[in-house]
Amino acid sequence: MSSAATGERMGVEWRLAAPLGLTYLAFFAAPLVILLVMSFSVDDNLGGFTIASWVKFWGDPFYRGVVWDTLRLGLVAVAVTTLFAYPIALLFVASSPGMQRLLLFIVLLPLLTSVVIRTFAWIVILSREGVLNQALLALGLTSVPLNLLQTELGLVIALTQIEMPLMLLPLITVMGQIDPSLSDASRALGSSRWRTFRKVIVPLSLPGWIAGATLVFASATTAFISQTVIGGARLVYLPTLIWQQAMVVYNWPFAAVASVTLLVAVLAGVSAFAMLGRFARTS
Amino acid sequence: MARQLNTPSDRAYGLVMGLLAIVGLAILIVPVLIVLVSSFTSSTVLKFPPPGFSLRWYEALLDPGRSRHVHVALWNSLWVAAFATAIGAVLATLAALALNRANRASARAVEAGFLSPLILPGLAFGLATLMYFSILGFRPSLNLLIAGHIVVIAPFIFRTTLASLTQLDPALHESSASLGAGRFYTFRRITLPIIAPGIAAGSFLAFVSSMDNVPVSLFLATARTNMLPIRMWGMMETTLDVRVAAMSGALIVVVLILMIVMDRLTNLTRRMSM
Repeated sequence: MSSAATGERMGVEWRLAAPLGLTYLAFFAAPLVILLVMSFSVDDNLGGFTIASWVKFWGDPFYRGVVWDTLRLGLVAVAVTTLFAYPIALLFVASSPGMQRLLLFIVLLPLLTSVVIRTFAWIVILSREGVLNQALLALGLTSVPLNLLQTELGLVIALTQIEMPLMLLPLITVMGQIDPSLSDASRALGSSRWRTFRKVIVPLSLPGWIAGATLVFASATTAFISQTVIGGARLVYLPTLIWQQAMVVYNWPFAAVASVTLLVAVLAGVSAFAMLGRFARTS
Repeated sequence: MARQLNTPSDRAYGLVMGLLAIVGLAILIVPVLIVLVSSFTSSTVLKFPPPGFSLRWYEALLDPGRSRHVHVALWNSLWVAAFATAIGAVLATLAALALNRANRASARAVEAGFLSPLILPGLAFGLATLMYFSILGFRPSLNLLIAGHIVVIAPFIFRTTLASLTQLDPALHESSASLGAGRFYTFRRITLPIIAPGIAAGSFLAFVSSMDNVPVSLFLATARTNMLPIRMWGMMETTLDVRVAAMSGALIVVVLILMIVMDRLTNLTRRMSM
């Protein structure tokens, strides 16, 4: 196959990259610069320079709480999707090719189904007259219907389904590349299956988990539709705040502050996952 | 074969992992099935299981009088997705060809830049485009939506095309060139046939994610240029409109058919787990 030397000799043909590069400069980089400038503006016409919006945002414990809740929601989504994704990935690796196709299908169908539809499905399931409450009442596990909409628990359940494919796809790929004889060897040497999982499978699948965790974190913290529809008015996260400030209150500089904060928070989370990967590889 | 110790702890491992896998798979697929079944309800309220079955909500959805807004939104979404995907496919394929096998730091930085919309919070970008276009004095239009969508969907095509280019043996290029073929001829006859499935799989993902896009459409769509996901969100916020279930049912079936077709053509399921 190809060698690094061939790649070096071929070099980069920047002319071919220019059309996409210029499109990104005009419609991606430039808007983000405007967003940053807007956050230091007096009004929504970029008039004057002020740090008032930043002071108002970070000086208010309510808004600081919103930032913290948003980050926590992302981390909880990563934790819960991990809990289910590892067993599914183990099942996938142990399955026959035909079964693997079916499992991939079950993973991909929700991913390709609109986020709005998936959120809608969870309203049908979680509402007071919903499927879950009917099942719980019928089984006698509860005497009054539980209110799961507009709660963090309901939102986390819905996000688990909405984000899980993003965790599963990279995890399945990496786990498929692990040599099964390593697990066999660990077992033959007397390790329990728990220990084999902890000492062999988890470390070797870490790159896949990190790729998945990054996508889940980035996606769950920005899941506007699920957050507003299932979280309702009672739970406020950064995306809801941004939308309200920009489209209802029309305070663009303040909405820009919230947006830049969301950008930086997601990038910080993503870099933390990347650093975790580098740390795990060296130690 | 390894010596199998069947201790209680090992049995517990099998039980716990098996149960979690089953619950996880149920969480993934059951909601989709519930929506599909509920969309055929004969009742005016959304309940599962439905008290009876009918096609009344599909009829309501197709009725040009009652569902005109939905039809306009669907048409706008299809229009934007088609143009954004077509333009995005050309730009992303060219960029992938440029960065293929380049391992210089500058090339890797550009590659990361091209992929960054996949990670960056779309909502912040959506608001940024609204501010940008309004400061430039542009009036809301479908063309602005196409521009915004290109940025968020091009990375899908860029990524799959780049992956399929790594399977291209450079020796093929060299032998084609040594036999006197021009660069464009080599591209058309050698490179393109090999990377076409990668471009197609990426374009499919790009089209689906454009149809599904909320963060950009939320800020750039107006009453006149409404988009399907935003329209459906509006229908969900006010009342639990059963037409949303019919719309969902229809979209699920379309995605299902497209998935099977794309899997035949491009081995999509394998490409997505790459």
